[in-house]
Amino acid sequence: MSILGIDILTFLVIYPALAALVVLLIPSSAGKQIARYAALALGLVFTALTVSVFSQYQLLQINDPQAQQLVSNTPWFTVLGASWHVGLDGISAAMVLLTGILTPLAIIISFEIEERVNMHLALVLFFATGCIGVFVAQDLMIFFLFYELSLVPMYFLINQWGGPNRKYASTKFFIYSMGGSLGMLLATQLIGWSISQVPADIVSAAQATNPALASYIAGRPSFDMGVISALWPLLQGVQGVFLGISVETVKALAFLGFFIAFCIKVPIWPFHTWLPDAHGEAPTAGSMLLAGVMLKLGAYGFLRLVIPFFPDVWVAPINLLGVIQTNWAGILAFLSVLGVVLGAFSALAQNDIKRLVAYSSVNHMGWVGLGIAVAALAYGQSFLTGAASDVQSAIIAANGAVMQMFNHGLSSAGMFLLAGAIYHKTHTRDLREYGGFWVKAPIYGTIFIFTSMASLGLPGLNGFIGEFLVVRGAYPVFTVLTVLAMIGLLFTGSYILKGIRAVLHGPFNMHWKDYNLEIEVREVIAIAPLMALMLITGLFPNWILEVINATVTRMMGG
Amino acid sequence: MNLAEFLSSPNTLPWLIPAGPLLAFAIIVLITNRGRLVPAASHAYEDHNHPGYKGLFVPVVTDWGRVASIIVGMSGIIAAWLISLSIVGQAFAKQDFGKKVFESGFEWMSLGAPGSGFHMGVLVDPLTTIMLVMVPLACTMIFIYAIGYMAHDPRQARFFALISLFAGAMLTLVVADNLLLLFVGWEVMGLCSYLLIGFWYEKPSAYKAAMKAFTTTRVADVIMMLGIVYLYAQTGTLSFREIMYNEEVLAGLAGTPAILFGSFGLSAAGLIGIFLIIGTVGKSAQFPLHVWLPDAMEGPTPVSAMIHAAAMVSAGVYATIRMFPVFEAGGHPHEGILTAPLIFMAVVGAFTAIFAATIAVAQNDVKKVLAYSTISQLGFMLAALGMGAYVAATFHLITHAFFKALLFMASGSVIHGMEHGQHHVHEHAGHGHDDHAHDDAHAPAVAHAAHGHDAHHDDHGHDDHAHEAHAGHHFDPQDMMNMGGLRKTMPVTFVTFLIGGLSLAGFPLITAGFWSKDEILADAWYGITNGWGVHALVFILLAAAAFLTAFYTMRQLGLTFWGEPRTEEAKHANLGQGVVSATMTLPLIILAFFAVFAGFVGVHPDFPILGGIFSANGIPFKNFLGPTLLVKPELIPFSIVPVLTSFVVGLGGLYVGWLLYWRKPLVAGEADPLTRIIPANVYNLLKNKYYVDELYDRVFIRPSQAFANAFAYVFLDKRLIDGFLHLIARVAVWIGDLFKVLNLWLIDGVGDGIPEFIAMFGRWFRRIQTGRIQQYLLLVAIAAILIALVLVASSGVLVQAAGG
Repeated sequence: MSILGIDILTFLVIYPALAALVVLLIPSSAGKQIARYAALALGLVFTALTVSVFSQYQLLQINDPQAQQLVSNTPWFTVLGASWHVGLDGISAAMVLLTGILTPLAIIISFEIEERVNMHLALVLFFATGCIGVFVAQDLMIFFLFYELSLVPMYFLINQWGGPNRKYASTKFFIYSMGGSLGMLLATQLIGWSISQVPADIVSAAQATNPALASYIAGRPSFDMGVISALWPLLQGVQGVFLGISVETVKALAFLGFFIAFCIKVPIWPFHTWLPDAHGEAPTAGSMLLAGVMLKLGAYGFLRLVIPFFPDVWVAPINLLGVIQTNWAGILAFLSVLGVVLGAFSALAQNDIKRLVAYSSVNHMGWVGLGIAVAALAYGQSFLTGAASDVQSAIIAANGAVMQMFNHGLSSAGMFLLAGAIYHKTHTRDLREYGGFWVKAPIYGTIFIFTSMASLGLPGLNGFIGEFLVVRGAYPVFTVLTVLAMIGLLFTGSYILKGIRAVLHGPFNMHWKDYNLEIEVREVIAIAPLMALMLITGLFPNWILEVINATVTRMMGG
Repeated sequence: MNLAEFLSSPNTLPWLIPAGPLLAFAIIVLITNRGRLVPAASHAYEDHNHPGYKGLFVPVVTDWGRVASIIVGMSGIIAAWLISLSIVGQAFAKQDFGKKVFESGFEWMSLGAPGSGFHMGVLVDPLTTIMLVMVPLACTMIFIYAIGYMAHDPRQARFFALISLFAGAMLTLVVADNLLLLFVGWEVMGLCSYLLIGFWYEKPSAYKAAMKAFTTTRVADVIMMLGIVYLYAQTGTLSFREIMYNEEVLAGLAGTPAILFGSFGLSAAGLIGIFLIIGTVGKSAQFPLHVWLPDAMEGPTPVSAMIHAAAMVSAGVYATIRMFPVFEAGGHPHEGILTAPLIFMAVVGAFTAIFAATIAVAQNDVKKVLAYSTISQLGFMLAALGMGAYVAATFHLITHAFFKALLFMASGSVIHGMEHGQHHVHEHAGHGHDDHAHDDAHAPAVAHAAHGHDAHHDDHGHDDHAHEAHAGHHFDPQDMMNMGGLRKTMPVTFVTFLIGGLSLAGFPLITAGFWSKDEILADAWYGITNGWGVHALVFILLAAAAFLTAFYTMRQLGLTFWGEPRTEEAKHANLGQGVVSATMTLPLIILAFFAVFAGFVGVHPDFPILGGIFSANGIPFKNFLGPTLLVKPELIPFSIVPVLTSFVVGLGGLYVGWLLYWRKPLVAGEADPLTRIIPANVYNLLKNKYYVDELYDRVFIRPSQAFANAFAYVFLDKRLIDGFLHLIARVAVWIGDLFKVLNLWLIDGVGDGIPEFIAMFGRWFRRIQTGRIQQYLLLVAIAAILIALVLVASSGVLVQAAGG
């Protein structure tokens, strides 16, 4: 499968960057509208490409079930062991689709930008290159490259088109993310090089059972994710792998590098404080992509890298303060639950509509973290002992985490779109200045309630599926934490109702008497696909869950 | 499967029951709900529910949109009703129904290996069939009623969309074959109730009540969700049939210690049961989560009927009836062995029954009396189920649904009539009378005091925006103190209200309420004769509650309909003529029929005379419902004691009510006779609902808001986490500055400075002595120490983490 002689996944990575270039090259004398519609057309082609990739994956998966589809592997940095290796599994297919859905919608919303239009649209498109690169990468170097690349357009979107406090927000966002990536870069190098230290007999034993290792030559460094997933966990008890440090310490350091980087990205509590600032100040399109896609990079990193690379580290016992026996999976679960609970409380404390929605992301992504923790625990247990105590729960939790990633992408993008729509008309984000808008904006009100309910996790809409599955998966494993997380679920209701109340309910605030508050047709066009997907996913989740489940089940060995 | 097969098989047909109303919802929202803009101050918009904003144009549904929406909504519910009737008919005709059921399903979520996914389906068993008799009928009546009741509302189309969704959700819940689908309907109904209670969302009292309802029930729902996931984790399925109709699964649940509190002897079934029952406690407004329901009266009256009778609160009890075998697992209620969930239900239900009944006694709002009465009656059902009286609980659920829907709609007619009278007074007598009426209404000192806590009066706290038109307008058309003598102008409403009221009061032999309540007491008595404590408690509390029920019903009837009108408005209260009047009266008459005759399907065979007539082959209701369970409920022996008790408490309560409110009816300005027989502080305690709202406000609402603001956001996020980040940033900037200075000295100094070095020496030396160098050196030292500390501290954790 190839386009213009380039395999389709590679093309999918390059395409948005090329599209961005095209938009940039449109002379500004041609007028803003030309650039906007050109960007939209290019964005829709991108969507079509992702949809086609997704459906191809579905077909290939049914006919020939194996871990990766649409694989392309070309040597790149042979000395380092890095190669241009891309491929798709169920989790990445879902994320690629999500990116494809949200990009043109963000472009439609970017129509409201009046300054440096071409640049703004180009950055939105370019951002997709970074994300798709991460989702299809099967090589750690490629992964890291695109992971960092996605930061740049987002930084400029916030920094150039953001709200009044954009300098602080963009700097905080950029520095914080870079800080996390620093550790990840070191960990990446550490792992890539240390793979060469895996004894040849272990390599050849593993090669017999694992097709991912077929072309690997023992003693060489490698950044291939398949190779690392297969070999790196087997590297145990060898002294002096790196600077004479024991391999356990090396692993723990590498683990921490990844763990913190992804915790910042997801964000897992307490690494979340960049998020309300970045979201609050970002332009609407930026918020949509940031919440919709970028946060998923972190969660995806956990699933794709941290779980398979470090099964032993996840479950190694840790003694906190001499009293609490836990492990890294337990710590992640605990922090995720704190995110669920405290994120909900913090959201309730906001009077700024965009910050409220931003905190809802902390709350919702906490469920993803909890699902990942359950999966990590089971994966680690089965690595150590050959069988996890409750594989089915882990599979359900991991399914729930991925569903929640996808669903949060839809509903948070929708919520930011709506917050942006009202901000664009009133030029205030202060909830206390709104009131009773439902009278003047009945269509907006109905859409707002619908999207809020999806975000709240109303059964029948998409948000519930992920939450239910995570709760189901986590309950038998982290019982007390799951029970505590219910406090977060309760207060999710409270802050959502607070938002609805402040915007729509109550007597109409006559200050806005002469404003047109009703949602614009363009905005309806942008949110309609999201609403349709929210409903369809809520009623028939299997259209995407089936794809995710096949991969998750294979991964967990169920 | 082709369409013809799908439609002709009773196994697949139930899918279509909720489809009609759901489709109607979609059509109204997307197509027929079309508005035109009118000035907000115009007659079409402005009334006491919709403030008239000066100079603002607001959308009001167009005439064709109104009519089309009503037609679409009615078509949806009638389609659901007809399909239900068809299925009910086939169910009655089916041999061995119960063991054999109508069901169909498909894999809804793939989870894990093929075959272990989640199945979604519909199920019609005897219990569902009984619900399918009641729910679509009651819903249809409510829909018809809403045509008239909402006829002048500027957003009637939206109203029909929402009640259609409500009905669709309720029907989904009823035909669900698993707990998850039930939960979907459950929560969607929660959303609808939120939107409908807050339907007049410009009124602060309305949106506050809506938020309260949603939040309070959500407390219960998140706990219920734990029950659902626990059950799912424990059994691998949520299908009713696979769990409830399967001895092995039930025994397994009863035999496994619970994952929490298991060491106290609680079984998995016990904990799951308690989690699920808490869900019902919220949905069916049982103590301590009852607080939302009285406030839910802020919604338009058909909503009240929907919430109280046909749908939401019934759903709560329905879910417990549905899950009864899980609660029962490990016990044997017929032999006095009660499990933890059963005892929990019995205690909560019995307590709520008496608790709410006492509050109802002292309420003056015509709908609030009924709201508390509903809470109390739901307590009856839960208590019955707690004793293992499966059939009696279901029976009371059905009869109560009929007479309570009737009562709510009749009270809606009363309110509508009062509003009519209010208009009349307003138009014909000008403001003078209005003020007069207002004075009358507030003349009784006690009534006035009570208003301070009345949600209606929140209205007046929000005049800051655009509400001046209604400032000072205090007449409350729902206050029974303003009524009296309505029997003369609203005879049909009076008679139907009377029938509903007597049924609620359990007027012996001829009302449905008597038979269902009697059956519950009979079950409790059976327990007493065997010496079981829980049953004795339930019997005493329920008998007392039944007495109070009869009393407050008589009080309500007396205050509303008897005597002479106490205000001008009451004198002119009527429903008028035409469509409004007809659509609001017809449902009352139909429901009144059921409020009387629905009881005769549940007469004990050994009941003197009547048993032989109605139950020659055993109790029909029980015979039909019984096979829902794997082990059919046993028939308890007939006893005259509970029957006599029912007679005494029913007639006794009615008599005391008659003494106080009918014999010498209340006249304008007179205090409630109740204040003469009970102490003032007790009366105020009841009137103010035991101050539970105030308590919750202090204990839960304000602390959690304070926690959210002060702790979670300001302290943790802003001060602690961001403070730490800013500190790091500042240290980094300092270090950067340090390097900058070093650069200046070393690099630039070496490169450019050597020629100047000697000349600079003197000045440089002086700078050291100013102390700036020491300052920097100090910083370097601090930074070094900090880094060292972090390394030392973290290495310990790291080594541990690596398993070292």
